[in-house]
Amino acid sequence: MAGFLHRRDVVKTLLARRNADTLVVAGLGSSAWDVTAAGNDDRNFCQIGAMGLTVPIGLGLAEAQHDKRILVITGDGDMLMSLGALATVAQVRPRNFAIIVLDNECFGETGGQPTHTAGVADLAAIARGAGIEDTGEIREQGEIDALIADVYDAPGPVFRTVKIAYETLEDFKPPLDGAYAKDRFRVALLGAKAAVGGA
Amino acid sequence: MQEADWPAELFEVLCARGISQICHVPDSGHGRLIKLCEARNDMSVVTLTTEEEGVGLLAGAWLGGKRGALLIQSSGVGNIINALALPAACRMPLLVIVSMRGEWGEGNPWQLPMGLGTPKVLEAMGVTLFRADSADAVVPALDAAAGTAFNTNCSVAVLLSQRLIGAKEF
Repeated sequence: MAGFLHRRDVVKTLLARRNADTLVVAGLGSSAWDVTAAGNDDRNFCQIGAMGLTVPIGLGLAEAQHDKRILVITGDGDMLMSLGALATVAQVRPRNFAIIVLDNECFGETGGQPTHTAGVADLAAIARGAGIEDTGEIREQGEIDALIADVYDAPGPVFRTVKIAYETLEDFKPPLDGAYAKDRFRVALLGAKAAVGGA
Repeated sequence: MQEADWPAELFEVLCARGISQICHVPDSGHGRLIKLCEARNDMSVVTLTTEEEGVGLLAGAWLGGKRGALLIQSSGVGNIINALALPAACRMPLLVIVSMRGEWGEGNPWQLPMGLGTPKVLEAMGVTLFRADSADAVVPALDAAAGTAFNTNCSVAVLLSQRLIGAKEF
């Protein structure tokens, strides 16, 4: 059943609680625009291509930065492309990691063709089956406070599907130059030395 | 002359180069190296469901200030092609160690196409290649590859030839 929550409101509310210890990895397309609309923060890393890598990027970051909270915010199309990564996340079991899938049940960037979640696929159930213990699906505005508490505070990995409406919204583009976006993120997190190389 | 223990030498190079995140789709050619990495408390070793996950995972590691390496078989090179856009577009380092199949005395016909295609595909995607055909070439190849990747922020692959690893019946 399609959702009716508004993606931009959900993401804005979700990220209003972020602080310097919050690192956000956004999936390509609308999820990246949503995250950028909420604030073009240096600690965002937005996918612009290479679909299907958002969860793996977040996992690598979570393993590198145990003291930070890593939020992956992506869409159903991107998530469906990397379902195996959920099994990898479950196996690694990062305590500082949350995945939020904005599920509008369609490929929004390419004309709204239905994805598998418009049919019978249930991403939260798939995540649970992959071994992620804390999973759930959000449909109502009244569930947003609990969503935020879980995403920021519950022991990870946390997986939430948020059923949203299919909407065509204004693009809020993050820096499209990947080298700049990467350096901006690393300098914010690691300090100025990170811009001249070195781990 | 005692045979060189090249997996242990590879491991030493990884340590010396500050690699702390290893991800892999296992291959018998990488078996000993994976075991050596798993024995280290200060290395994160992650088994992947498919190779392209590793390209994303190592990009995340680099964003977080850590160096990693991806260990895969040549058949898995086919799975990472589009993912290579990520380190290329972001000018991030990527170090891949590939155990080759489909070349020296291969026994499995299904390994031939991707084995033959591996160097061409990687080069087509802008990956710099270093090849080791013998035990004494392994350390120089990996050391040069790691230096290139992390000093110039580019993608590199070390191809460990099937002649080095040994032909397989299957």
